[in-house]
Amino acid sequence: MLVYEKNAVSELVSDLTEKYGKKRSSLLPILQEIQQRYNYISDFAQQEVARMLDIHPVEVYGVISFYAFLYDKPRGRNIVRLCKTIICDLAGTKAIADAVKRELGIEFGDTTKDGRVTLEYANCIGMCDHSPAMLVNDHVFTGLDPETACKILREIK
Amino acid sequence: MQNLKRNKMNTVFEKQNRSGPILFSKYDEGSGIEKALSMDRNEILNELRDSKLKGRGGAGFPTSSKWMIVAAANDEKKYVICNADEGEPGTFKDRVLLSEYPELVFDGMTIAGFTIGAEEGIVYLRGEYTYMLSYLESYLEKMRQSGRLGKNVLGKEGFNFDIIIRLGSGAYVCGEETALIESLEGYRGEPRNRPPYPVNTGFMGHPTIVNNVETFALIPHIVLKGGTWFCENGTDRSTGSKLFSVSGDCENPGVYELPWGTTIKELLAIVGAENAKAVQVGGASGVCIGKKDFNRSLAYEDAATGGSIMIFNDSRNMLQILKSFMEFFVEESCGQCTPCRIGNVKLLEGVEMIEKGEFTFEYIEKLKDLGRTMQIASKCGLGQTSPNPFISTLENFKEEIFKSKAEGALT
Repeated sequence: MLVYEKNAVSELVSDLTEKYGKKRSSLLPILQEIQQRYNYISDFAQQEVARMLDIHPVEVYGVISFYAFLYDKPRGRNIVRLCKTIICDLAGTKAIADAVKRELGIEFGDTTKDGRVTLEYANCIGMCDHSPAMLVNDHVFTGLDPETACKILREIK
Repeated sequence: MQNLKRNKMNTVFEKQNRSGPILFSKYDEGSGIEKALSMDRNEILNELRDSKLKGRGGAGFPTSSKWMIVAAANDEKKYVICNADEGEPGTFKDRVLLSEYPELVFDGMTIAGFTIGAEEGIVYLRGEYTYMLSYLESYLEKMRQSGRLGKNVLGKEGFNFDIIIRLGSGAYVCGEETALIESLEGYRGEPRNRPPYPVNTGFMGHPTIVNNVETFALIPHIVLKGGTWFCENGTDRSTGSKLFSVSGDCENPGVYELPWGTTIKELLAIVGAENAKAVQVGGASGVCIGKKDFNRSLAYEDAATGGSIMIFNDSRNMLQILKSFMEFFVEESCGQCTPCRIGNVKLLEGVEMIEKGEFTFEYIEKLKDLGRTMQIASKCGLGQTSPNPFISTLENFKEEIFKSKAEGALT
């Protein structure tokens, strides 16, 4: 990591600590915003958060590793989460998954080489009445078929 | 993304044409708070007690008892927490309530704040619902501007209340109230030992009420129309109405508001699923009910549910469905206590053995015993309920599951 990158991280963390308050209960919102900005929470960012909140870095890592939506390894700019829980599954998740894997040339859990998309499965995203469904970042797409799913993935930058 | 609008959910939410006895009936924004502020705190608690309202998240703890304990507690700080971490597979009623009826939920929380003497409300919104965040924030801002939140709510001297929204990060177990509090405090979402319950030692060690979105949404109606009116619907032990999230093999999936005590058969007729083979009541952690038991009624005393109703028709493979649920629990177990962490893996292995036809009935019986042990020995609701689908599906559908496997083994 370059010095100016590190400085940028430190500045962000200190801004966030100010915004949410220097207390343990601010940890999750702070991590969520770092995640949003960098698509993952680097070792350095973890150490900075720990320093600012005056807790051990291991505590920060422990929290990150617990939550499915927080990452300690670089992820793509866009995170696609295909719902795999039973109702979506019965409505055709597998066909969509296969099509999407072919389209992007990656497996679930991986990121495309250009860092554009990370592909993941999610447990029930609460769209069972419009299944199958997937989340692209914070947006939800419903009533999918393999073709539309691939079309959506082509259009995200 | 113009041409993809059809698939993308709206981020501007409008009420759809829904009707129901309580929640989906007419309600004027703020009228519940107004009525509550004109009442005495004890009056509200009495109405609540008369309504016999039970928590709508699934566990069914009497809401009035919870509120009375916190109202009586002597602490300078108390909290109102709304559990919007709706993670149970097949449940989406809270999504509908928050996106179409936020006034009910937030007014309910404000009434709760007034009743128990809290000044802060927190909504724990699941990370998957982030797309609602800006809409909900703008609604809260609107409430602040119209005086329904903030200092001296609606001119009531000395009653200050505000609501903030905090996001989850994709952990099913955070729907458990103590895990939710851990998460809000900035820790891993691992459930605590209970007792002490959150009503005594909750968020930051202060008395806290944690209620489901639907529970809060019912409060304004109870305050306006009274507890006895509320009891007109439902059964003796399950009063009022319930939102059912219906999905799967039916003509009209969606959210329905029906009185408690509706039988499964009646519900299936309403949603257009007369050819159903099985109904999973209560989500992944619920029970799987076969045709012969479709006369059972949906109520706390019979087939209890937090709202999830998943319907499966004749073409579905029950073993595949069971496997999906067990995979879900293996992934979502927080790993803190042994019965749940290891038990779920063993149950999943059992399902895989049946799938391959490599099982003995003796071992399956042992696994059912293991499941019953998990129901007793697990620390929180996740491990206590995760064996339910395993035990109920293998019991109610044993002919289908074991017969086809025995035939498969011969060929």
